[in-house]
Formats: sequence, C-alpha cells, structure tokens
Amino acid sequence: MRKLLLFMMTILTFSLLLAACNDGNDSGPDSESKKSSEGKEETLIFGRGADSYTMDPQNANEIETWRVTKNIYETLVEYDEETTEVIPKLAKDWDVSEDGKTWTFYLEEGVKFHDGTDFNAEAVVYNFERMMDPKHPARHDGSFSVYRGMFNGFKGDGSSIEEVNAVEENTVEFKLTEPQATFLSNLGMHAFGIISPAALEEYGEKINENAVGTGPFKFVSWKPNDSITLIKNEEYWVPDLPKLGQVIYKVIPDNSARLTALKNGELDIMVSLNPSDLETVEADSNLKVALRSPLNVGYLSINNMKEPFDDPKVRQAINHAVDKQGIADAYFYGLADPVKNMLPSDSWAYNDDIEDYEYDLDKAKELLAEAGYPDGFDLDFTVTANSRIYMQQPTKMVEAMKASFEKVGINVKVVTLEWPTFLEHIRSGEHSIALIGWVGDNGDPDNFLYSTLSKNNAVKGSAQNHTFYVDDEVSDLLMQAKYVIDQEERTEIYKKAQQLIHEDAPMAPLVEVKEAVVTGSYVNGYIPHPTGAENMYEVTME
Amino acid sequence: MKSYFARRLLQLIPVLIGMSIVVFSIIHAIPGDPATVILGDHATPEAVVDLKAEMGLDKPIVTQYLSYVKGIVTGDLGTSLRTKKPIMDEAIPYLAATIELMLISMIIAIVVGVNAGILAAWRRASWFDYGAMLIALVGVSVPVFWLGLMEQWVFAEKLGWLPSTGRINAREPVETITGLLLLDTTIQGNWIGFWDALKHLILPGLALGTIPMAIIARITRSSMLEVLNVDYVRTARAKGLSELKILYKHSLKNAFAPVLTIIGMLVGLLLGGAVLTETIFGWPGIGRYIYDAIGSRDYPVIQSGILIVSTIFVFVNLIVDLLYARLDPRIKYR
Repeated sequence: MRKLLLFMMTILTFSLLLAACNDGNDSGPDSESKKSSEGKEETLIFGRGADSYTMDPQNANEIETWRVTKNIYETLVEYDEETTEVIPKLAKDWDVSEDGKTWTFYLEEGVKFHDGTDFNAEAVVYNFERMMDPKHPARHDGSFSVYRGMFNGFKGDGSSIEEVNAVEENTVEFKLTEPQATFLSNLGMHAFGIISPAALEEYGEKINENAVGTGPFKFVSWKPNDSITLIKNEEYWVPDLPKLGQVIYKVIPDNSARLTALKNGELDIMVSLNPSDLETVEADSNLKVALRSPLNVGYLSINNMKEPFDDPKVRQAINHAVDKQGIADAYFYGLADPVKNMLPSDSWAYNDDIEDYEYDLDKAKELLAEAGYPDGFDLDFTVTANSRIYMQQPTKMVEAMKASFEKVGINVKVVTLEWPTFLEHIRSGEHSIALIGWVGDNGDPDNFLYSTLSKNNAVKGSAQNHTFYVDDEVSDLLMQAKYVIDQEERTEIYKKAQQLIHEDAPMAPLVEVKEAVVTGSYVNGYIPHPTGAENMYEVTME
Repeated sequence: MKSYFARRLLQLIPVLIGMSIVVFSIIHAIPGDPATVILGDHATPEAVVDLKAEMGLDKPIVTQYLSYVKGIVTGDLGTSLRTKKPIMDEAIPYLAATIELMLISMIIAIVVGVNAGILAAWRRASWFDYGAMLIALVGVSVPVFWLGLMEQWVFAEKLGWLPSTGRINAREPVETITGLLLLDTTIQGNWIGFWDALKHLILPGLALGTIPMAIIARITRSSMLEVLNVDYVRTARAKGLSELKILYKHSLKNAFAPVLTIIGMLVGLLLGGAVLTETIFGWPGIGRYIYDAIGSRDYPVIQSGILIVSTIFVFVNLIVDLLYARLDPRIKYR
C-alpha cells in the first residue's frame, strides 16, 4: 500500500509541478493555434450548448441538428443571409403554373454529392419520396415530423405535395393538391436538405450518423456530446468556397464556461451568451458580438377556456397589467423589444397600425371591475425554469409580472414545472396563464399565426394553440391566407386577422429577442441567421 | 473465496432487478412523455400519437417493462428514443470519459486526502491539523459548480495555464482505442496528445476530487488517531523505527479499512453524480448522458444508463470487500 501511495504521490507531484511551470507557451489563446500547421487551412471551432440528435436533417426537428447539417446538406431554395426571403440554391430558377398547383424547378448542373454521385432531378424525387411516402424503402421508421407539419401529412393521408417528377435530367416538377402560399418558404427549411440517394441505400438507417450531401463541408466524425468535425468540400460547386478548412462544432453546456473557453482561445464562435454577460463582452477588444435577428415571440398564453379568462375584458386587463418594456430592459439587456402581435416586428405581415395595450394598472383595474372582478381573483401562473431564447430567467420574469398583477388585485401563485411537464401541462389546457413563446421555422406569418391561434390547433392534449382561442372568423382568415399566392393580398388578410386577435386579446404578446453570438475579433464573414442555422462558407479567420 | 465471489455475483441479480423496477416505475410516473419532447413544441397532435405508438409507449406499463427486461437478459440495452442509436454503442465512449475523469479525481483525492489525514493525526492539534481540517470542511461544503467556474476563471481565463473545457484540443484530435485518452496516447506514443489530455483532466479532476478528498482526509485522520494510540505503535516507536515506517507501514495499514469503505462509496458518487462537473467542463460523460435523457424522457437510456452505473458501483464495492481480506488477514470470506 505504501509503495502504491508513494508512486501515486510522485506522479501527482510531477504533474502539478509541470502544470505550474507551464509558462503559457503551449496553452492559452496562442497555443491552441488557429492554424494547425503551415499551409493547412484554418479550423474554426464553434461552441454551442447542446449536441445534435442526428445527422439526418429530414428526420430532425431541432436547431442543434440543423446548425450542423445546414453546412453539409443543401436545399432547393434557401433563405437570404439575414432574412427569410427565399433565394435560389440547388434550384437556380423555378416557375409556377397559372393555378398555383404545379411548380417546376431548374436545377444547378454539374453538382455532385460528397460520395461522387450526381445530384439531379432523380435525386430530388428520391428524397421527397422518402419524406412523403410511408412505404419508401429508405424510410428507416423516421417520424419526418417537419414534412408532415409543413405539407399537412404524408402520401395518402393529406400530403399537399401530390407527386414529384423528374421531367428532365435537371428539371423537377412538384404537383400540389391545392395552391400553397408557403410552398417556397417551406422548401427552404433546413429539414428539406437533399441527401445522396446512394448514401441512403448504402448506410440504411445509419444515415443518422453519416452525412452525404452536396454542401460546402463534408462530414468527418461525431463524438457524441463532445464534437462534430466537418472538413472543406474541395469539389464544392460554388467556386472559391468554402473559405475555412475545417469546422468543429463543440458542445459546452454551461453558458459561462463556454464564454471562458472562447476567451481562452479554445473556441472561435459561441452561441447563447447569457444576456447579462453582454456588457463585459462588448468591452473586450478580443471579442466581437454578432446579433441574430429575432424569429421568435415570447408571450403569455392565457387559457381562454377557463374562467375568468373566457371574458375578453379580463384578458385585456391582463394585457394592460404587463410591463413589456420593463421586462425587456430588466432581463434581456437590450436584446429584446416589445411586440404588439404574435409575429416578429420585421415580418412583412406585421400589423404596425395596431395600438398596443399600454402598461396601465388603473385601466386594468377598470376592465376587471367591468368584467365583474373589482376585487380581482386568484391565479395560477405556470412557468418553467428552463431558459429559452424568448424567456431569460423565466421564473424571475414571472415574479416581476406577479408584482404588477397583485397591484390590480390578482393574487398570483407561481407554479414552476420542468420543461417536458410544462409543455404537457399547457398543451392539455391545465394552465390558467403560462409564460411561453414561439420560435419560427421559416419566417412565414402562417407559421406563427396559424400554428398558435387557429382553432384547428386547439386540440386538448397536443395543442399548439394552447390559448384555446376558438374564433371562427380569425381561423377562417388564417386558413384562407394559406391558399393565396399574392403576397399583398396575404398581407391584407393577416393584418385583418391581427386586428381581430388584438381586440380579443387571447394572449399577451411580450417581446421578440435577438440572440447575441460572440466571435473572436479575428473571425470575419459570420452572419447569424434568424432561423438559428447559418452557412459557414464565407467565414474566414485572420 | 471463489464461492464467496460467486455468491456475491449472484446477489447482484436481485439488486439489479429491484433497482430496474424502481427506476422504471419512477420514470414512468413523472409527467411528460418522450414523444412530446422529441417532436418539440411545434408537434402536431397526430404526430405525437403516432410516435408514441411507434415507440411502444401506448402499450401497458407491465408489457413495456417485460420487453425491457427481455432485452437486458439477451444483452440488449435497448435503443435511444432520441438518437435511435443502440445504447450499448452510445454509452461506451461516455463511460470511458467518466471513468478517466473519475480515476484522476480519485487519485488526487486519495493521494492528497490520505496524506493530509495522516499528517493531521500525527501532528494532532497542531496548526497543520487545524488548517487541514478547516480546508477539508470548506472542501466538503463548496458547491462543485462554483469551484469549477472559479478554477476556469483563474487557471484558464486569467492565467491561461490550462484549457477550460473538453477532453482534448479539438484542433488536434486523438485517435481513440479504449476511450481512455491517457492510455490511448500512451499506446500510440503520442506524448503531445498525452500531455494535452492530462492538461484537460486537471481542472475537472480537481473540481470533482475536492469533496472526496475532504471526506477521505477527515476519515483518515480519525481512523489514524485511534490507531496511533495503541500499544504496537508505542512498541514500534520504542524499537526505534522511523516515523515514516510507523505511520505508513504499521498504522495506516490498520487504519485503512474505513477509508477503503468510503472510497468504494465515493466511486459510486463520482460515477453517476458527476453531472455538474461534466456540464461545466463540457465533459462528454455518462452522468450528462443520463441527465440529458431525463430531460427528454428517453426512458431506455435512463434505465440502461442507471443500470450500467449501478452495476459498476456494485462491482467496485465487491472489490473493496475483497481488498479488506488483503488488508486484514483476520478477515476470511467463506
């Protein structure tokens, strides 16, 4: 035993001594050198809070997966750098038939998948068949929930894409059952990246840990909960891109630890900065902040089925009792702005003519008295402790609102639930008021308004419209807007719907929130995309 | 001895069955279901129902439990609901990462803790004794996440001596064989990699090792105090043996049994309870794997993950029991 102990002690002493003698030459910002060696291209390390679920974008539904697959797989159309405006990608051009039911896409020529096979119309057909046909051989028991949500179901079960045909080598045609206004925006979603059909056949269900696309970077390795390594696609079809040699996505769950790692040179980019750290980061000349435009709205989900919230006056009173600006200032450090509608304010459909419910406790009291509650009532306020982009320190946000509510006589009991329990709770309508939000998928107003406010989505148990606001006129307008291709006409419909929603006040829209992404000062060309996943091909390190 | 070992292994079976039932019932009792979590907040009602059916969650609980046990018996730990990968494949790298971290922190804890305890007992009521025991008290009380963040701030951010997160410099990856990076780099003769891996181990190892170190120091001290007063120690002194020999050979050997017991327990603590350390230091370990699984209600991963950790725990304690016999010849196992 003594020998063993002595041996251990010697080893420990040595290692501690060595660590202490370390003069900093081989650690710190300079050591974990940005250039691994002379002549090699640069490696960028991207720090994030959670790992990918899968490498199969079509079978994913969360951003951490798409953050990576976005750079391996490409979609027919994609979104512009900083907005969700649709621009060409693998399809260089497209036409739509008079009746809005047939879309023809002309594909880029000479594009190859990372395995050397050709990208062509057949490949597009194969991929969409995989997503829409439950009997497809490459289905791998996937849930394809994004396809299902965006195109109303699978083949034989409501899919709004009826068929996809290869017309020529590089021309592909989509036949829809009815005109769909959101069709193009949907196609740009990260979930609809085109996978090499040969790879789907080769890897089978293991396509979830192997990725073969047409994108600027090729998949190298995945160490779960640690890192994913991508390497430059030397044969990328867009000349001179990508500029980086490698991108490594590294998981560091704790926001503060991630910032330390960035300062220490172990990372080059980090997402999800604690808003409270923004000031110190901005003061640090070695760091740069890039802001991701908001594609989210935080709001109070008011349960319209429950008394006393079935009375619009009570809901309006709640709206008057919320200090949006105060919340934005106190918890988001300049990253949040109040919103009047259930849409990000830079959406083309945002109705800015609406006059918001101002923060006015007297007005709230008056409305409560009119509704028959001069002395207020008791209220359960449901919240989850897990922060999300649209709610930082949610329990504290709720405490702040509670203070205002109590001034108008509403006695608040705060109910804190863990995220999965919280979701189930509000979807089954057990809550009275809950703090929640919506993160957009493709920037289309339909994605925000139809999902959260249409009566079709107010099914107890799995409601996305967990306000259970059931208004026929609004629901009809939102449904109608789905089939109108002309954007001006759609805008009018949405503006009208927003006006009606505002008057009924089924919810209290709170804030839209920008995300602060921090990079080393030497990182250039990085533009965070509102959807949460961006192209890394223009990024350089100098 | 052999029959004892076999008997102990057999005892493992009811322990694991009992535990699997407890874990299974608890995780199914907590609200929230995996289909809802997996599909995210944008899920449609039909999709949730379909996914539940696909995952077999619409079947009665007993049926679900039996099919789980059937899998375990045939050596199949199941498939993660979230990633759809076999848990066996997924868990091994996580386990290796945790074991490496645990070994380092136990080495730190034992070497420092035992020696501090011995010295404190030897120089009882001296400034060293008071100092060491005060530090031990602080060590037990300090929250791991605070200690971890402070270490990062001092040694990574301010001094720049050590890396703050991860197992290895991501720009210079190491090829894995066993998953224990120190061992892998040694096998490959990759000394730069070895050094890098060691540097990455120091801060989390210290953070994780602090509480065990403090506990071990206190136990060693009190156990040594008892032994240092007995006759044979006085005899040894009278014989003129050196203090070093008296302390480490004669006294420690007799005082070590309780320390060993505690070490066995602490291993269990470090195996499953390293979630905070693993989170702060971005360490891809088994604690975080299970913790994430709880967040997403990934039932098979929670069940099998806990099963793996507790099996190891039971084995470690079996080894500890066997070591008693080596330590104290009076103990015989039949």
